[in-house]
Amino acid sequence: MEIALHAVATVLLLCVLAGLWRAARGPSTRDRVTAFALLGTTGAALLVVLATLTQTAALRDAALVLVALATVVVVVVTRGTAER
Amino acid sequence: MTAVVAVADVLAVLLLAAGCFFVVAGTLGLLRFADLPTRLHGVAKADNLGLGFITAGLVVHALAHGGGIAGGGGGAGGIVAKLVLVWLFALLGTAANSHLLAAPARPEPGAEEKPEREPGPGPGPETTPEPEAPATREAP
Repeated sequence: MEIALHAVATVLLLCVLAGLWRAARGPSTRDRVTAFALLGTTGAALLVVLATLTQTAALRDAALVLVALATVVVVVVTRGTAER
Repeated sequence: MTAVVAVADVLAVLLLAAGCFFVVAGTLGLLRFADLPTRLHGVAKADNLGLGFITAGLVVHALAHGGGIAGGGGGAGGIVAKLVLVWLFALLGTAANSHLLAAPARPEPGAEEKPEREPGPGPGPETTPEPEAPATREAP
């Protein structure tokens, strides 16, 4: 079971890195923000898996905060871009 | 008891594998798709489904083992509640995110002072004629 959780965490970490590549390379700001939305979801999954793997309950709270803050960031960026 | 835990472990591994598949699919969509709406399409749906599968797998794991790997920690109720809360937050947040990102965007941030009468060759997002689903299936 531990091996499976380690494998899942590795795959999720690779997905986070791929999302960072898109965020660094995206042609427009909205592409970067889309990559950030993916980073929020995938990062939350990674944190939840790591919380179970390392028996650290605080990582679940961190996942919750990450999901919520990703939404806030997207709202702020899109609203700020639209009102100019 | 041990058999129940073993079955739960197999179920959890299956759910986690499915979640990994969907998350990888969403990330590949973000990397490989052509323009912003298709990227949003890949990210919003596949990634949330992947997060849901991973959350379900961890819920099964927490119910079977009662907390951490070695059975330590408190009861599984708080863990399950928090995992479900993470997934619900992700659903709500991604719905709002995708709507905001895919809303009809101004072409450029400084495009408001321009008059609206050059819609044709303007710097707007090019509309690809074939939206998605390359029809590589058998031709009629």
